[in-house]
Amino acid sequence: MAAIIKVKDINKSYQRDNFVVPVLNNISLDVEEGEFIALMGPSGSGKTTLLNLIAGIDKPDKGSITVADINIAALSESELAKWRSHNVGFVFQFYNLIPVLTAFENVELPLLLTNLSKKERKEHVVAALTLVGLEDRMDHYPKQLSGGQEQRVAIARAIVTDPIIIVADEPTGDLDKKSADDILLLLERLNSEYKKTIIMVTHDPNAASKAHMQRHLDKGDLV
Amino acid sequence: MKILKLMFKNAFRHKLRTTLTIVGIAIAVIAFSLLRTVVTVYNSGVDASAADRLITRHAVSFIFPLPYSYKDKIQQIEGVDIVTTANWFQGIYIDKDQFFARMAIDPETYFLVYPEFVLSKEELNNFKKERNSCVIGNEIAKQYNLKIGDIMTIDGDIYPGRWDFIVRGIYKPKDKTIDGTQMYFQYDYLNERLEKEAPMRANEIGWFVIKIKDPSRSADISEKVDKLFKNSSAETKTETERAFQQGFLSAVSAIITALNYLSFIIIGIILLVLANTMIMAARERTREYAVMKTLGFSAKHLVGLIMGESMVISILGGGLGLLLSFPVVDGFGQAIPKGMFPVFYIEPITIILAVTAALSIGIISSIFPLIKALNTKIVDGFRFVG
Ligand SMILES: Nc1ncnc2c1ncn2[C@@H]1O[C@H](COP(=O)(O)OP(=O)(O)OP(=O)(O)O)[C@@H](O)[C@H]1O
Ligand SMILES: [Mg+2]
Repeated sequence: MAAIIKVKDINKSYQRDNFVVPVLNNISLDVEEGEFIALMGPSGSGKTTLLNLIAGIDKPDKGSITVADINIAALSESELAKWRSHNVGFVFQFYNLIPVLTAFENVELPLLLTNLSKKERKEHVVAALTLVGLEDRMDHYPKQLSGGQEQRVAIARAIVTDPIIIVADEPTGDLDKKSADDILLLLERLNSEYKKTIIMVTHDPNAASKAHMQRHLDKGDLV
Repeated sequence: MKILKLMFKNAFRHKLRTTLTIVGIAIAVIAFSLLRTVVTVYNSGVDASAADRLITRHAVSFIFPLPYSYKDKIQQIEGVDIVTTANWFQGIYIDKDQFFARMAIDPETYFLVYPEFVLSKEELNNFKKERNSCVIGNEIAKQYNLKIGDIMTIDGDIYPGRWDFIVRGIYKPKDKTIDGTQMYFQYDYLNERLEKEAPMRANEIGWFVIKIKDPSRSADISEKVDKLFKNSSAETKTETERAFQQGFLSAVSAIITALNYLSFIIIGIILLVLANTMIMAARERTREYAVMKTLGFSAKHLVGLIMGESMVISILGGGLGLLLSFPVVDGFGQAIPKGMFPVFYIEPITIILAVTAALSIGIISSIFPLIKALNTKIVDGFRFVG
């Protein structure tokens, strides 16, 4: 199988006050289509930074990132925004749902940027919420849900646009064991049944063990 | 659209804070309308004064009278159309705190010089016929429930004694800017009684009003009038009605200028109130905006969301304020003595200004949080801790 994500020789540093903090040093990484990969490493090693670069919400200082034959490092901000909305699903540690919107509306949010009709949007949203097992919680607001349920809504939001890759930054980091297992099971299903390529950042060896492959970052180097 | 719904939900996320902001804006708009009304009413009084009318008064002060005999002499001056007279009578009618203008005038000419006080031919004729008749403004008639044929008894102060008048006419102001709260009676009625009771004060006039044929000659004619009585025992000062009004109100004018500035300072305060609310709101949502950008929402959407929210609050506050301004301004008009500001109502320009101010404040208040939201990189937005 061909690599769907090709990260080649990227460098990334951040400016903090007057000095430059190097975060990633000449990182290269290939991820094959349908892969489920876990990125591990100590705090501050650059895991989130690498994930953000692959997902196109930040840009490398140097090097190229090719996703499905598109060099996203060369796209403009607005091209990148459009690219993200079509190709990437995001799952965050703290769910990042919009508190004033219901579960249904949160999942519908990315579909507002498509030209689907209201009826089509509804079908997609219901399908996504059913997949995560929350079809009976559609009208609940985030604060009426448990942490595990919120994260499942977030996963529904990530898959509703049918992206090719899903990035998850410590998706179980804020959950108890039981909820964490539910989430991991869900991610495994997305990978095996729906053939989504998944990149997951995690501290938790149990979570990492669910992935097919584990990569470790240490002080900006991939080992 | 869904974004619109999110905008409304955002606006009312903190109900108490939003409500307080809306009430704050409403109060400021009421204060603005009230101040602007005082300012415009004052200015309209000056504007309403006609350019073709001159006022001749005693050179020393308005309170000194002039001889009645000047009337014919002024009439002789070339360019003068009509000369009429007025005496400030004042007195107390029913309630000494309820002030309105009461004057002795020349019934033959006064309404020719002041066509803005509209009186029917029939009523004018009746007024002229009876010595102790009077004409009142429609607002006074309404306020005191007076009808044609009623008796008005006034307790004289400048001219002591009990004075009875029969209402023979009720004039209507030509438009909203004209005073509907005056009372006029015949100079002869006053003068005949003075001849008997205080002959020293008879045949004296408070001021003359001169209607001239050509407004552009007002300076020239004023000078001629004053020259005529130079070196007499009662020298005169003649000026256009407008200059007279402005001079008469010059003390007030400084306050009016202050009120004018104040009304705009109030707009500045609303701006700060709303801008503060918006900055707080946008700051709390830093992460949410980062999420929306991550999902692919663009600057256009964020502008709609943030500016829209700000506009919702400013329109609600402005609308509420404007609605309440009418009863408040009305109540204020009732509370102040009649005659101080004879006409008191919210001018269309005040409404336009208040609406424009509310809308621009909505836009301006959102600019700072908007720039902040647009310039925050997604990765920094996620790292933001409130
Ligand atoms: N937007 C940013 N601006 C400035 N510095 C940043 C930014 N993002 C990351 N950094 C710095 O880069 C380094 C790597 O951060 P990163 O978030 O990628 O680490 P991480 O491996 O995800 O750590 P953690 O396990 O704690 O989440 C850290 O020193 C961090 O402070
Ligand atoms: Mg991280």
